[in-house]
Amino acid sequence: MRVYLAVYALGLHRYSTYRVATIAGIFTNAVFGAINAAVMLALFSVRPEINGYDAGDAVTQVFVGQALIGMVAIMGPPLELGERVRSGAVATDMLRPVSMMGWWLADDMGRATFNLVFRGVPTFAVGLVLFDLVVPSEPGRWAIALVSFVLAALVSFALRYLYELAGFWLMDSTGIWAVAGLLGPVAAGMLIPLPLFPPAVADVLRVLPWASIAQIPAEVFLGKESLPGGSPLGGLALQAAWAAALLALGARVTSHATRKVVVQGG
Amino acid sequence: MTTSEPNTGGEGPVIEAVGLGRDFVLSEGPFLRRRRRTVSAVADVTFTVRPGEIVGYLGPNGAGKSSTMKMLTGILTPSAGYLRVNGLEPSRERTRLASRIGVVFGQRTTLWWDLPLKDSLELVRHMYRVPAADHARRLAELTELLELGPFLATPVRQLSLGQRMRGDLTAALLHGPGLLVLDEPTIGLDVVSKSTIREFLLRLNAEEGTTILLTTHDLGDVERLCRRVVVIDKGRLAYDGDLEGLRASVPTPRVLVVDLAAPAPPIEVEGGSCVRVDGPRQWLELSGNPAAVISRVAGRHEVVDLTLREPDIEGVVSALYRGAVAERG
Repeated sequence: MRVYLAVYALGLHRYSTYRVATIAGIFTNAVFGAINAAVMLALFSVRPEINGYDAGDAVTQVFVGQALIGMVAIMGPPLELGERVRSGAVATDMLRPVSMMGWWLADDMGRATFNLVFRGVPTFAVGLVLFDLVVPSEPGRWAIALVSFVLAALVSFALRYLYELAGFWLMDSTGIWAVAGLLGPVAAGMLIPLPLFPPAVADVLRVLPWASIAQIPAEVFLGKESLPGGSPLGGLALQAAWAAALLALGARVTSHATRKVVVQGG
Repeated sequence: MTTSEPNTGGEGPVIEAVGLGRDFVLSEGPFLRRRRRTVSAVADVTFTVRPGEIVGYLGPNGAGKSSTMKMLTGILTPSAGYLRVNGLEPSRERTRLASRIGVVFGQRTTLWWDLPLKDSLELVRHMYRVPAADHARRLAELTELLELGPFLATPVRQLSLGQRMRGDLTAALLHGPGLLVLDEPTIGLDVVSKSTIREFLLRLNAEEGTTILLTTHDLGDVERLCRRVVVIDKGRLAYDGDLEGLRASVPTPRVLVVDLAAPAPPIEVEGGSCVRVDGPRQWLELSGNPAAVISRVAGRHEVVDLTLREPDIEGVVSALYRGAVAERG
């Protein structure tokens, strides 16, 4: 267990050295959030309510999404695992007496923690200053929202880990990333809140794992009754189920990948 | 120096390979007419390594050395044969095996690029669950032997290749493994760095009884380190025995290098045949008594300098490779 804590601390520390990238990230997320929020306000000035969402809900979700982008990294950057599979350096990782998935999970959670605190919080603060956001009134709901964000990071890790494991068979995971990096954020409700999609489409997207990365956390944050079971806890349960299922799949695919597939390079 | 536990699995062999083989399936040809072809990288390789041995695993590029190393360490599953390392089946028990062996791939590093060497080694300590006191003692020993002191605090990406290799060796040895597997440990190193590493390995073997299996293209490594060599060519075992036996198995003549006062046509002399001419310098392969040949040459030509070259292991191995190729026709 100590090794994973050490790797977590390492991931946290490593990202803390990328100061310029962090500031650039906050700037980009805040500007994109402001533009997206302005579009939402224009839209909702025509129709005050769309599928249970009003202007405040939509603008808040935009900024929750922008604040989560760094933490969940669903638009990238990829885990370094993909590059290590491509170059064959993964061979040295396999020589270590540690779980490969555990290692990358610990590293990514370190990265996610840093990004939530130092990129997500400032981005959301910009939103609070510029717009009229809906925020939870009681501390308990903040705590539930935080759990939801952590589950979002776990689901996102499990998906990205699977994208990269595909490299063991395809020799290169950049193609997967090209598709998933584009469709993933859309399916997550990160660019446009899912309630703005036609209900039939939204209903399908809501139960797919990507929704657990942004749409569900946003609804938990807003305390929406559209969540499974009509409460934030139902949202957490859906996220936890996806995290557990995808991590289990990741562990299975890992043992298959390392057993069956050739490590590249001499 | 101290080891945390004897990892040799008693008196049995450290490595036991019987009929070991690995096939690869290649897809070839244009998209719609792609054909599958099976290539065997390693075929029917049998050898045993006993505790305390230093064995050189030699062969030309593409011979199957790295494939064998990957099978021994469990990152490649054999397609045929029986393989046990420290009594474990590597591909099935990779993680258990990993904590009992040390591995260095000369062309790759196991260290973390952006961490100081010291922090990388601390991470290795957690990975192998080495108690802090044992770690400190062992690190102090290795720091002294490999002269790590000046660059322990330097990020790995800033280390020279020689420093990085010493760091990698340290990382592979901190948990006191009974078997060290080295894939080209001196590749790209200068003479001094090579010598440091060779002396260190000899000492490790002598003082701790660490079994060492190494692949190398550097025949200096072989002559300095290996009492026994296993030669593999085209995936098959070509020789297994001591270095002297390898020399004897392939007759390679001694060569007399003659520097004449002026360029001359190839020297014709009994007991020697000219194999190469480069200006005033000529190379004679000797079949007779060197002293007699030298006096004959000196009697007929004006000689400036003479050198007698003993057959080195490089010549022996390349002759063995050529022989193996010729045999196969």
